[in-house]
Amino acid sequence: MASVPLRRREGFRALLWLSPWLVGFGVFFAYPLLATVYFSFFNYDLFSLKFNGLANYRYFLQDERAWLSIRNTAWLVAVMVPAQVLFALGVAQLITKLKSGVGFFRTLFYLPSLVPVTAGTVAFVFLLNPATGPFNRILALVGISGPDWFGDKDWSKPGLTLLAMWGVGNIMVIFLAALLDVPRHLYEAAAIDGAGAWRQFRSITLPTIRPVLMFSAVTGVIYTLQYFTQAMIASRVAAGVTDAPGTSFVPGYPEMSTLTLPQWLFQTGFRDYTMGYACVLALVLFGASMVFTLILLRQFRGFEEVAS
Amino acid sequence: MTATLVAPPSQAAGRRVRVRRGRGRKVLYWIATHATAVALGIAFIGPLVFVLLTAVMSDTQTLTDELWPHTWNWGNFGEVFAKSPILLWLRNTMIYAGLGTLFTLVSSIPVAYALARFRFRGRRLAFLLVITMMMLPPQVVAVPIYLIWARLNLTGTLLPLILPMLLGDAFSIFLLRQFLLSIPRDYTDAARVDGCTDFRTLIRVVLPMAKPGIAAVALFQFFYCWNDYYGPLLYAATNVDSWTLSVGLASFKALHSVQWNLTMAATLLVMAPVIIVFFFAQKVFIEGVTLTGVKG
Repeated sequence: MASVPLRRREGFRALLWLSPWLVGFGVFFAYPLLATVYFSFFNYDLFSLKFNGLANYRYFLQDERAWLSIRNTAWLVAVMVPAQVLFALGVAQLITKLKSGVGFFRTLFYLPSLVPVTAGTVAFVFLLNPATGPFNRILALVGISGPDWFGDKDWSKPGLTLLAMWGVGNIMVIFLAALLDVPRHLYEAAAIDGAGAWRQFRSITLPTIRPVLMFSAVTGVIYTLQYFTQAMIASRVAAGVTDAPGTSFVPGYPEMSTLTLPQWLFQTGFRDYTMGYACVLALVLFGASMVFTLILLRQFRGFEEVAS
Repeated sequence: MTATLVAPPSQAAGRRVRVRRGRGRKVLYWIATHATAVALGIAFIGPLVFVLLTAVMSDTQTLTDELWPHTWNWGNFGEVFAKSPILLWLRNTMIYAGLGTLFTLVSSIPVAYALARFRFRGRRLAFLLVITMMMLPPQVVAVPIYLIWARLNLTGTLLPLILPMLLGDAFSIFLLRQFLLSIPRDYTDAARVDGCTDFRTLIRVVLPMAKPGIAAVALFQFFYCWNDYYGPLLYAATNVDSWTLSVGLASFKALHSVQWNLTMAATLLVMAPVIIVFFFAQKVFIEGVTLTGVKG
């Protein structure tokens, strides 16, 4: 077979072309992952490295704030991700039903997702603040007395969910493209068979766009496991604390309700400098996100087989 | 409606009513969908409007719960520049985003090209590893990487964020690969037959055809850096000279003990460049986002 040496030569060339990334993979992925496992058995404060066996793991089991942060992260995965996916699907479906202004509305709904996360979060802390913010003011007009949002431990996560739904444009655009790809003749055939709107949605739309929905849901979960910036900024701005050197601030205001696992990792590793313990938390986060990454990879393998 | 076609004349009147009712329903449907869209549009754009209205309020009015500014204090934007080192933050952000994007493109395009075009053993594995890297929470490997930069004495600067981009960025590689796959193999094969080296094929044939994909990746990467808070917080928070817009804005209100009006003016200044670029490059964005959602 003449193609074998050719393939081997391509393999060598590929190695050459991939080499920068392979170095990056080693330095910024493989090594740090192994080092994280290694450091998790040590007491490490940036200067001295002392072996302490499973002490970090034992501490983790009784660290209430770690478990609280895991619960908060789980809350966000369970509520925020479905809220985003369903809302994005609803908005995208609505756009497909419009007869005019499709481009205009698509732009309008997409725009907030581009707003820098920091700016969007600071804006929402203002908008939802009960004293001078417009949101509760508008709620009052229709007779609802709004909660204290980012100042109330029961409402801070719903507040973050509102922020997430506002920035749902990315997913919405993906869904819209998928919805527009559903072959028209399927709907026409279904209509002739007397299927109503809901039936058409359930029997044609959903099965056709299922891969895209799944993809968005799984990546949504993975990104939510990393949820850091919005919670960190909302708690800081609401508590009136800065990032300036020398200020100490434990994230999670109010009452640890916005403390997510990545924030607790950041706090223990880079503010308290208990880096060995932070590595234990990192491994927990790694385990959780690997489960969903594997689901995603299975999806990709399915696609690759269909493609080739 | 096959039944109506053969309907006896006596039912003609009923048929007309049904048609008219059908049109009425259509109009109602049109009104309902568009009204919902307008309401949603207001909900989506409302926050930005209130940010603007608050940004131009006077200090005294900011403390009230009135929503419409009595006087339009456009000077508030100038105040932001006077009170905070926002130009320094902007410079740092531009350096981070500019160099970061440039480095990412230079390092990621060849990798994406190899993954999309070359046939070699381990090709699929390499692609799966790219996805795994893309999905890995940055916090997982943060401790050992931080220690590398601390040993090199580079913490307190933005270099720990910029330099790694010379070694390829997983998300950009993924997106570019998806795009390059859509370029027909015939073009690159033809270039090969004409005696082009891989490098020349990439520069002369592939890059010109991949311009929209490259533009999308460049914009995404630029805005990723522009918006990044975690990275600068981790490496640069301890050194105020290296603060970026996102770190500065997060501390703006408490740090400069100002009210919401100036805070919202600063917020708007951080948003403005992104929104302006979006209006010029809308198509690139939306096509790029669509690409991230498609299957492998």
